[in-house]
Amino acid sequence: MAEKPNIDEMSSRPPVIAPGYTFGTITDKISAIVLTRETPLGWFAAVGLTGMLTLMMTYAIGYLFYRGVGIWGINIPVGWGFAIVNFVWWIGIGHAGTLISAILLLLRQSWRNSINRFAEAMTLFAVMCAGLFPLLHMGRPWLFYWLFPYPNTMSTWPQFRSPLVWDVFAVSTYFTISLVFWFIGLVPDLATLRDRSQNRVAQFIYGILAMGWRGSARHWHRYETAYLLLAGLATPLVLSVHTVVSFDFTIGIVPGWHATIFPPYFVAGAIYSGFAMVLLLAIPIRSVYHLQDMITDQHLDNCAKVMLATGLIVAYGYVLEFFMAWYSGNTYEKHMVFNRLYGYYKYEYWGLLAGNIVMVNSLWFKKIRRTPMLLFIVSTIVLIAMWLERFVIVVISLSEDFLPSSWGIYTPTRWDWMTYIGTIGFFLFAFLLFIRVLPMISIFEMRDLLPAAEVNAAEVKSK
Amino acid sequence: MKRAGIYGLMAEFNTPTEVVMAARKAYSEGYRRMDAYSPFPVEGLSEAIGFHKDGVALVCLVGGLLGLITAYGLQSWINLVAFPLNVGGRPLHSWPSFIIVTFELTILFGGLSAGIGMLIMNGLPTPYHPVFHVPDFAHASRDRFFLCIESRDAKFDRQATRQFLSGLNPREIAEVPY
Repeated sequence: MAEKPNIDEMSSRPPVIAPGYTFGTITDKISAIVLTRETPLGWFAAVGLTGMLTLMMTYAIGYLFYRGVGIWGINIPVGWGFAIVNFVWWIGIGHAGTLISAILLLLRQSWRNSINRFAEAMTLFAVMCAGLFPLLHMGRPWLFYWLFPYPNTMSTWPQFRSPLVWDVFAVSTYFTISLVFWFIGLVPDLATLRDRSQNRVAQFIYGILAMGWRGSARHWHRYETAYLLLAGLATPLVLSVHTVVSFDFTIGIVPGWHATIFPPYFVAGAIYSGFAMVLLLAIPIRSVYHLQDMITDQHLDNCAKVMLATGLIVAYGYVLEFFMAWYSGNTYEKHMVFNRLYGYYKYEYWGLLAGNIVMVNSLWFKKIRRTPMLLFIVSTIVLIAMWLERFVIVVISLSEDFLPSSWGIYTPTRWDWMTYIGTIGFFLFAFLLFIRVLPMISIFEMRDLLPAAEVNAAEVKSK
Repeated sequence: MKRAGIYGLMAEFNTPTEVVMAARKAYSEGYRRMDAYSPFPVEGLSEAIGFHKDGVALVCLVGGLLGLITAYGLQSWINLVAFPLNVGGRPLHSWPSFIIVTFELTILFGGLSAGIGMLIMNGLPTPYHPVFHVPDFAHASRDRFFLCIESRDAKFDRQATRQFLSGLNPREIAEVPY
């Protein structure tokens, strides 16, 4: 019997998958990317390039271990520098993955099914990059385990009233839960790869990872409950992580940091930059691997709309910073705003205003949201602008706080840049390996989207 | 180890609707020891084979509560007993600053319990299972739907069950060896 074609004429929802697919063809198309023998040449080139950047990062870190954090540009008064800027930037990027996989699942946004897998992978790699920076910034990174509460011969314990300790728990929980969520989502697809693979070694590896998943109805029942519960837990978690990151600033009394707007403003900024990264990855991937049927223009459009909404919240945050500086009547807050606009780092600040207030409004136009090339450019600008935002928050406030006698300028060194660009290389390197060995689109959730997946309730009842 | 007899009889279907109908009929016929296999979660299939409640939510709740108690207990114990530190005269039991770690560990323990609990209750990892002997079963992770009536069932009879299954109009019926 011929397989039933996927015809979705009756549904009024915008198509999230091109018509014509069956359970079989959709499985074959996605698994073929992994199981094929012909890897695109561009993949090797990209792995080579990003691999070299990863090596550069390793070199920069190795030299840091040898010489200490003095090789970076940090000094008093700006003790935080690139490490914290990059930490906040990377962890923010991770947030879009969890938003897509958890929050959009709870909101029954079925279009998420084709982008959640690689967005979650993006989260994991971004959190890895993020976690690296505070560890390196510690000065003696080999003693990182002092952050955790454990009985020790020094008879001391971490200070739980400190937001830096909250960060340790927030980020490590975030990474663990994201990993569990991602792996649980992968299990049925690993079983598919196990069954589809022709190679003994691949069969063995996928077989071990799939843990003997056989698609039993009882298993699916528990699976769906667990998946939903994980989504329900990850939803408040993702909002809490960037909130806790913002507490690192707000608990301090430094001008420009001590503001109640920070938690929502940080979370919105995180999702905003994260969706920019999702688009930055999705646009080339879908054209290289010919996935326009699954990651449709509608998906890009939706992501751009989320970016627009969160970007406007971020813009509101900027406006409110101006307002509070004036309304509070606080000299130091007023100086902070003045310093941002006309001080030493004014180009960074005007750059972020141009990106996050002016550029983001271009997403009101459907033409831009529907043109992948333009969207790619806007996303790149957004990522740069969001990085500048973190730079502005961390560096400007510290460089001129209260007493003019203790002001100082921060200039990043080449080691700062090598570590930062190195993590971008590592992020892309890990991502490229991921799309080669694991299905980058969730296969079973895509099958579920087909109209043929629906049980005909009337027919079941009639018998 | 070779066991006598067979694990069960397996019928193969093309659509989710067919397998749900087949499972319902098998249940009303009196079969209880059976399982259905599908490449994605099919609505109503687990209910059709008589599986309604799973314990995952309870495990998750218990895990989450354990995390909550662990985190709050640990922080209180550290700050009140093990390492009391007077910071600018603030109370030792400064509970608002304990909330965040408490929240995070609640999520961590709850999430791990839900994920790992689900795998354990499903009996995974189980690399070997008799159903994998059926050659067509590779399609269970691709595009087909299976209903397996197991020989452990009181009503199972090689001939009668096969006859019953062929009445459901399956694509194929296969014996599942041990």
